[in-house]
Amino acid sequence: MAVVVTGLGATSPLGGDVASTWAGALAGRSGVRTLDNDWAEKYGMPVNFAGQLAVNPEEVLSRPEIKRMDPSAQMAIIATREAWADAGSPEVDPERLGAVVSSGIGGVWTLLSAWDTVKEKGASRVLPMTVPMLMPNSPAAYVELEIGARAGAHAPVSACASGAEAIGMAFEMIESGRADVVVAGGTEAAIHPLPISAFAAMKALSKRNDDPARASRPYDTGRDGFVLGEGSGILVLESEEHALARGAHIYARVAGLGMTSDAYHIAAPDPEGAGQTRAMKLALERAGLAPADIIHVNAHATSTVAGDMVEARGIRGIMGSHGDNVLLSATKSMTGHLLGGAGALESVFTILALRDRLAPPTINVENPDPELEVDLVRDTPRAMPASGDLAAINNSFGFGGHNVALVFTTP
Amino acid sequence: MALSEQEVLAGLAEIVVEETGVDAADVQLDKSFTDDLDIDSLSMMTIVTLAEEKFDVRIPDEEVKNLVTVGDAVSYITSAQA
Repeated sequence: MAVVVTGLGATSPLGGDVASTWAGALAGRSGVRTLDNDWAEKYGMPVNFAGQLAVNPEEVLSRPEIKRMDPSAQMAIIATREAWADAGSPEVDPERLGAVVSSGIGGVWTLLSAWDTVKEKGASRVLPMTVPMLMPNSPAAYVELEIGARAGAHAPVSACASGAEAIGMAFEMIESGRADVVVAGGTEAAIHPLPISAFAAMKALSKRNDDPARASRPYDTGRDGFVLGEGSGILVLESEEHALARGAHIYARVAGLGMTSDAYHIAAPDPEGAGQTRAMKLALERAGLAPADIIHVNAHATSTVAGDMVEARGIRGIMGSHGDNVLLSATKSMTGHLLGGAGALESVFTILALRDRLAPPTINVENPDPELEVDLVRDTPRAMPASGDLAAINNSFGFGGHNVALVFTTP
Repeated sequence: MALSEQEVLAGLAEIVVEETGVDAADVQLDKSFTDDLDIDSLSMMTIVTLAEEKFDVRIPDEEVKNLVTVGDAVSYITSAQA
């Protein structure tokens, strides 16, 4: 059963929808800025910037929706409404309609503000919506309710690979015949003092406080860690048969999926990148493609010292000399790292890159790592071949050794 | 100083509107929370918790089932004020 993409939705540090987000990415704009609060000073946080949403959900959703959903679910709902409308609000048998929406961290704002309430006002003041808002499947459940999905709602969690894993799971739901249409993606709303402090404690975050827009610099020799971002990306996946029968616009095919695990370390990437490479190989095999068919890779590349080159060496290892022709983009240079939202937003980017035959830029690379042997797209977008079928890979890797590679092709 | 029934109604209506999105004009004394305003039990518990804080009163769990209409809640809160 071939699986296609018929709708896209997003809210991100670059824009409140897909069009503004994509325009920002093609323009090489940074969505990273200094936090508009006093957390750094108040809590002694070593990092005072992040990729904050361009459009506050409170400007988009109703007051009761804001009160009943954690910010992570709010973002997923905003992106879902856009994606669903973009797909033409299809008529689907509810029992053949699914939802797979992930978050890497879950309802951290809800959880911690409820704990503040317990401490400050006592247990009796904790609101009854606290559990439905903090549970990590809350975004998936709200999306399920939004579209009336009864084929199953899931929230696979694999840290920064969660959003990609959700798309992979949705792909398999359709491929295996469980569903005709699945709304899938990821979301994250973790720009909160605790996650920032905790990632900083791992030395995972950039500390370029005096120049936040230039802090996320994958593959640059001066990279010093990732930049936390927030937002959501949502895709409408559909069986090709179902899409064709209703005359839907088809953006791309989900052609392949590779999922592996490292069994190496709880947080560090395997320096050999064996699991990452295997994920890419499996995805290509499943797509029936050769490495030479790949024109573009949207890399996981978070701007960490250790991670970026492991992935890049893996890509070169698979591609061989074809690596010279692969247009490599690291869009986290502009959005920051959306954690559980990253794989989904970057799938949106990968699909739009195929549609426009234009690889988005990687910004802030002043001095590319000398070991980089893939053609990095820097500063301005780069054109792909004007005709013929195109194929691209989107990589996502998560703490815990979770590796997901998705292959998309032009329809 | 204790609030009047009118003041309690206005304050309660603010909570109900914010939590459920119902029209403020619909929050009248004779309206039933479930039948007229379509408020589910989870939302009702939320409204009760927020009202306890806003009006500095205690509404015991066993009392909540007796609060059928907005008027029931306004009367209870008004009389429960210190």
